[in-house]
Amino acid sequence: MSSVLAGVLQLLALVVALGLVYRPLGDHMARVYSSPGHLRVEKWIYKAVGAHPDAEMRWPAYLRGVLAFSAVSVLFLYLLQRVQGGLPGSLGFASIDPDQAFNTAASFVSNTNWQSYYGEQAMGHVVQTGGLAVQNFVSAAVGMAVAVALVRGFARSRTGELGNFWADLVRGTVRILLPVSVIGAIVLVACGAIQNFAGIHEVGQFLGGSQQWNGGAVASQEAIKELGTNGGGYFNANSAHPFENPSPVSNLFEIFLILVIPLALTRTFGRMVGSVKQGYAILATMAAIWLGFTALMMWTEFAHHGPAFDIAGGAMEGKETRFGIGGSSIFAVATTLTSTGAVNSFHSSFTGFGGGITMLGMQLGEIAPGGVGSGLYGMLVMAVIAVFIAGLMVGRTPEYLGKKLGSREIKFAASYILITPALVLCFTAAAMALPTPGNSMTNSGPHGFSEILYAYTSAGNNNGSAFAGLNADTQWFNTTTGLAMLLGRFLPMVFVLALAGALAEQRPVPETAGTLRTHKPLFAGLLVGTILIVTGLTYFPALALGPLAEGLAS
Amino acid sequence: MNIGGTARLLGAGLRALLVLTVLCGVLYPLAVTGVAQGLFPHRANGSVVRQDGKAVGSSLIGQRYDLPLKEGQETPEPDLLWFQPRPSNGLGSNSVNTQYKLILSGATNRSGDNEDLIKWVTDAKAAVVKDNSTPAYRVSPSQVPPDAVTSSGSGLDPDISPAYARLQAHRVAERNHLPVEQVEKLVEDHVQQRVLGFVGEPRVNVLALNTALRELTG
Repeated sequence: MSSVLAGVLQLLALVVALGLVYRPLGDHMARVYSSPGHLRVEKWIYKAVGAHPDAEMRWPAYLRGVLAFSAVSVLFLYLLQRVQGGLPGSLGFASIDPDQAFNTAASFVSNTNWQSYYGEQAMGHVVQTGGLAVQNFVSAAVGMAVAVALVRGFARSRTGELGNFWADLVRGTVRILLPVSVIGAIVLVACGAIQNFAGIHEVGQFLGGSQQWNGGAVASQEAIKELGTNGGGYFNANSAHPFENPSPVSNLFEIFLILVIPLALTRTFGRMVGSVKQGYAILATMAAIWLGFTALMMWTEFAHHGPAFDIAGGAMEGKETRFGIGGSSIFAVATTLTSTGAVNSFHSSFTGFGGGITMLGMQLGEIAPGGVGSGLYGMLVMAVIAVFIAGLMVGRTPEYLGKKLGSREIKFAASYILITPALVLCFTAAAMALPTPGNSMTNSGPHGFSEILYAYTSAGNNNGSAFAGLNADTQWFNTTTGLAMLLGRFLPMVFVLALAGALAEQRPVPETAGTLRTHKPLFAGLLVGTILIVTGLTYFPALALGPLAEGLAS
Repeated sequence: MNIGGTARLLGAGLRALLVLTVLCGVLYPLAVTGVAQGLFPHRANGSVVRQDGKAVGSSLIGQRYDLPLKEGQETPEPDLLWFQPRPSNGLGSNSVNTQYKLILSGATNRSGDNEDLIKWVTDAKAAVVKDNSTPAYRVSPSQVPPDAVTSSGSGLDPDISPAYARLQAHRVAERNHLPVEQVEKLVEDHVQQRVLGFVGEPRVNVLALNTALRELTG
């Protein structure tokens, strides 16, 4: 069997597996966020927090909960790294410098997991397992909570109430992320991922001497790293490291974990707004973009244009033998179309067009299917824009899911889609204009520019992957990418929740013959077009200077 | 919103974080470790391979098979008695913690048009052709598979392609004074096919192959 065919079959297997769990998981999540009862462990947590899980919140209160929890998280994670040197269980690793500690705290709390540190030689058990991996859970749960609040905004009328943030945070963690992670972690260990607290130890080698390993709770972190679309690796090589991703089977399983919640949330959405067909239209849009991007990626990576790849006879630089080009291409697209940023192969050594596809994936706003929660709310904001555009074409007041999209709603949606590109392009321009940031580049020419464009694209969109040749552990990059990550995460959330509040206050408009049928393929097509055009117009000039220039030259 | 209200809210946030830290940062990893160590102790501890009772590495972590560094040399030469792994030009050095000699995973991150990468690939190709040609067997550059001349993502790739293993069989046989057919059979016995026929790529684990070779040569 050829490698191309094997790659296509792996993609098909993934589609089948995701299809099998779509309904049960989506329905389960809808129940989690709708059921009136509380589990015993949840009641205990609410008591400890001092929260009343049944108290409804309007959007400003919900937002204050999100911001308070996230602010405390940033501070806690920052302090944990700053005192690492004095903590037991830190393997003798030193405390992290202020700029890098800020960057890493911002990164993990914003669900980005950009890493300017070397995992295996900088972070001990306490920070990795007790700090970073905890944010893998809760930052994902915050994203889902905000998405569910927006869905409630569509589903509810004449209230303005969006649910309770603490209840959504705790339920998402306890009833969705934890159980799936336990199963996922054990599957990964069965494939060969390590899970121990051996710390730094020696293992003999074939020709004598020994290797020094850093053993830790890798599989448990790996499972939630993919499931929560986080992406921060225990080791520097991330999911290319054999202890994180040991076999072709674990590779497919990790891609499955990355995609499963963002896709199934469309079912949850459909359930909660009372029409699973509306969820299918969103799902179809996500799937069309995901499959299209994967096909393009496989085409360019198998064709391997580029001087070094032509000499080598294939684009295997930065790719592992066990995954090959197929398994690496599928992973690269899944990780950049979601907010994951884990890598099983190094994007900087992809072909020029391949690197461009990973960047464009993030620049779409990570909505196909996007991060856990953030993918759904990003896509729904895009749907609002698409409905608005369709309304302009026919001269009707646009409405979506029984809600009028007036000037207030459109302002919130438009602000949402402007924030991230503004962050990405302004920071990139500043880094290129200043004399020193460019010193961090490993490659020169268009690819050097791509390293910086990629860095801010990844930070602003909360992805976390990198053209890792860039030396990002400088004060400039630690500070600016840290800011881009925080602003790129929490400013959009402000507008999502404001939009949710505005929608929830409305009275529903009855469906008429003139209502746009947003559950039909025509609308999914319109939505795909809107996404590609909005992103294309925003980023084309920047992409032309980087990956397109590189790809066309080779 | 007043200051008292903000403080109360931050207090609630802190308590929520601490409780969830206990749940997700302590209980969860400990529970998974318990199950993992109970069910799959060999894998959970790094899949260590033993030969004659001695640990010789991990089946998952690639290692170098080089001659001892000679005086004046910066990079060691490959020990051509053994099957050679992929290049690992991207491995990091202990820059943060000089107290340890950890193996640090990493990729080169060089682009397809990067001068360094073009040179590394060109040099590696010439070396593979030269090292593997024997008086009875000439290797041509077109035979050299891409994995033989490129560094992997982790720098710790434990595998090579079957094509690269087959290409090395003649040289390994000659150096070890073994019949070529015997070494070729050894390679074929160690080819791992795709799981279910389509998952992953066919590969040969270099440590497994060299361990078996050492059994043959004593």
